[in-house]
Amino acid sequence: MSGEQVNVVWLGSPTFPKAAHEALQDTQLRGNLKHATTTIRDKRLRAVAELDDWETLRLAGSQIKDRVMRHLDEYLLQLEASVTAAGGVVHWAEDAREANRIVAELVRAKGATEVVKIKSMATQEIGLNEALDEEGIEATETDLAELIVQLNDDRPSHILVPAIHRNRTEIRDIFRREMGKHGVPAPQDLTDEPRVLAEAARVHLREKFLRATVAISGANFACADTGTVGVVESEGNGRMCLTLPETLITVMGLEKVLPSFSDLEVFLQLLPRSSTAERMNPYTSLWTGVTPGDGPQEFHLILLDNGRTKTLADTEGRSALHCIRCSACLNVCPVYERTGGRSYGSVYPGPIGAVLTPQLVGVGTSEHADSLPFASTLCGACYDACPVRIDIPEMLVHLRAKVVDSHRGGVPKPEALAMKGAQVVFGSPRRLAMAERLGAVGGRIIGIGGGRWLPGPAKKWTGARDVPVPAKESFRTWWRKAGRG
Amino acid sequence: MRIALFIACYNDALFPDTGKAVTAVLERLGHTVEFPMEQTCCGQMHYNTGYRREADSLVGAFNHAFRGYDAIVTPSGSCGGHVRHHHKTETAPDVYEFSEFLVDVLKVTDVGAYYPHRVTYHPTCHSLRMLRVGDKPLQLLRAVEGIELVELPEAESCCGFGGTFAMKNSETSVAMLQDKMGNVRKTGAQTLCASDNSCLMHIGGGLGRIDSGVRTLHLAEILAATR
Repeated sequence: MSGEQVNVVWLGSPTFPKAAHEALQDTQLRGNLKHATTTIRDKRLRAVAELDDWETLRLAGSQIKDRVMRHLDEYLLQLEASVTAAGGVVHWAEDAREANRIVAELVRAKGATEVVKIKSMATQEIGLNEALDEEGIEATETDLAELIVQLNDDRPSHILVPAIHRNRTEIRDIFRREMGKHGVPAPQDLTDEPRVLAEAARVHLREKFLRATVAISGANFACADTGTVGVVESEGNGRMCLTLPETLITVMGLEKVLPSFSDLEVFLQLLPRSSTAERMNPYTSLWTGVTPGDGPQEFHLILLDNGRTKTLADTEGRSALHCIRCSACLNVCPVYERTGGRSYGSVYPGPIGAVLTPQLVGVGTSEHADSLPFASTLCGACYDACPVRIDIPEMLVHLRAKVVDSHRGGVPKPEALAMKGAQVVFGSPRRLAMAERLGAVGGRIIGIGGGRWLPGPAKKWTGARDVPVPAKESFRTWWRKAGRG
Repeated sequence: MRIALFIACYNDALFPDTGKAVTAVLERLGHTVEFPMEQTCCGQMHYNTGYRREADSLVGAFNHAFRGYDAIVTPSGSCGGHVRHHHKTETAPDVYEFSEFLVDVLKVTDVGAYYPHRVTYHPTCHSLRMLRVGDKPLQLLRAVEGIELVELPEAESCCGFGGTFAMKNSETSVAMLQDKMGNVRKTGAQTLCASDNSCLMHIGGGLGRIDSGVRTLHLAEILAATR
C-alpha cells in the first residue's frame, strides 16, 4: 500500500469527498479520532494559556518566517557555508527523485543495507523508504507511531501522531503479527497496555539502533549563521539515531532554514506547546557539522526543493511554507476530526495539507489535489491555533480561485454557470427582485412537499436537511409595500 | 446617525422576518433605519467558492448602494466579515454585525425584549473568529426578560455549513451537523439561536428533518420579541 506513494500524494487518490465517504462509514475510526483530537485540543489550550506573551511569540514566529521567505536564497547559501565549515557536506535536490538518489548513493557508499530513521515529513514526502527498498536497503522507522504504520504497511494519518487512527488493541495485533518478520518479535503474551506495547517496541528497535551504521533524519530547523541543525522529539529514539551511527544523512525541506541560532528561542517555545502541548520537548537535539570522537563522523545535509520554490513564487500562497509541522491545525479542524488524515490522500493531511499539497504538486494537475482547498468550511479554527499565524482560510479561498481559474475558458461546469447566473442576478436590484418573486413561486411549489425532498444536485442538501422555503414576500418587497422606501 | 441595513441576499429572499426584527429593535431604541433598495449581494458566496472575479464585480455596486451612510448594520456575521475583510475599500462606511452594533456602537445590552423560553446559543464561526464578536450576543441574550439561557456543549465547533461546502462535501457537512444537533438536544432547549441565518438554515434543516421540535431563531428575532 505505502509503495504506491510517489512525491507528496498517494497515487490514485480519489477526490476528498469520495475519500471522506469511505472514512465516514468507519465508526471505529471516527471514535478514535474524536477521542484523540479533543484530548490534545484541550491540552494545547492549557499549555498555550500559560504564556502571557503567546500572541507576541506567534507574531515573532510569523515575522521570522516572512523574512526567511523574502531572503531564502541568501540564507540557504549562508547555511551551506556554515555547515561545510563545520565539517558537514551539503547536497541540493531539486525533486524527490534526486533526493532519493543522493541518499541511496550515500548509503551504498558506506556499504550499508539497513538504516534507522527518525520521524521525518520530508522523507515521507519523497517516498524515501520505498525508494531505498528498491535499492535493496531496509529503512526502519524508529518513532513508535511511525513504526506502527510501517509494520502494518499502512498510511500515516496525522503529521505528529501518524497512527492516530489506530487504537491500542489494533496496535497489539499489529505488533504480534508483524514484528517477528523484521527483527525481534513481540512477546506472545503481549497485552494492549501502553507500557507493555512501548516496551515491545523498545526491545525490537534496540537491536537495530546498536547495529545500524547509517541514520536518516529530517530537520525541524537549521540555523544559517551557525550551521546548527535541530530535531525535536518525545521518545529519545531520535537521539539514538543522531548519536550512535557513524553516518548521519539529513533531508530537509529548504524552507526550514532560520536566519540565526537565537531564533530558536521563539520556535522552541511555539512548537512543543502547539504540537504535543508540552512546555518543552523531552528531547531537543542540536548538532553543528561533525565533532571528532563524538557522534556521527560523517554528516550530509540534503536541501530539498520539490515544489517549494514554485510555492514561494506565489506571494499569496507562500506562507504555507511557514509551517513548522506542529499539527495543531489538524487537531482543531472539524473536518479532519470526522474524516481523518488519509482522506486527504497526501502525506500532509488536515488544513495545512489542504493548502500545501496542491501547491507542491501544482494546482490544476489532478482532480484530487484540486479538491483539497474545498475540504474546509472556512471555520477559522486552524488560523487561531497556528503558532506561526498562517491564515489558512484565506489561503484556501486563494487556492479555490486558482482552481476555478484553471478551468475557465473551456466548457463551463454547472457550478460555474450557476455562479455566473448569480452574478448577473446580483448585478442589479431589479433583476434580484424579479428572481425573488420567481423564488417565492418556486417556494410555494417546494412547500407542497413540506420542503423535504428535492431532485438533482439539490439532493445533496435534502438528503439530511429540510430545504428553506422562500418567503411569500421578500424583505425588500415588504419594505416597499410598507411605504418605507 | 444614518444607519443603513444590509440585509444580505439570502435573508432578503428566505428570512425577511430577521430584517424586520433588526428594524424593530433599532427603532425601539429610537433610531431610524434606512434600507438602500439598490443593495444586492456582497459577493461572499462567489469569493469563498473561488469565483473571485465575479465577487469583485459586486464590490462597486455594494459601495454605491451604501455611500453616504454613517454605519452599515447587518444580521449576518459571515457577510459582515466578508465585507470588512475582503472589500478593501476605505471609502465605504464601517460594517457592523447586529450584536456588535448594539453593544459597541449604541452601548446597549438590554433592548427591552421578552422571550420566556429555554434557549441555547450557537456562536457562528465567522462571528466568532472573523469578526471576533466574543460574548456580545450572549450579553444581549442574558438581558432578555424571561429567557432561560443554557450553554451549548462544544459551542465553538463549526456546524458544518460552510456555504457551498454543504453541497460539495455534503457527507462531511452532515457528519458535523449531526454532532451539533446532538449537542443542541442535550441542552433541552426549545430554541436554538445564532447570529447568522445561513448556519441556522443548515442546523434548522437538520433539526426539522428529525422532527426534533427545536426551533431555530435569529438573535434579532429574540431581541425584537416583547410582551
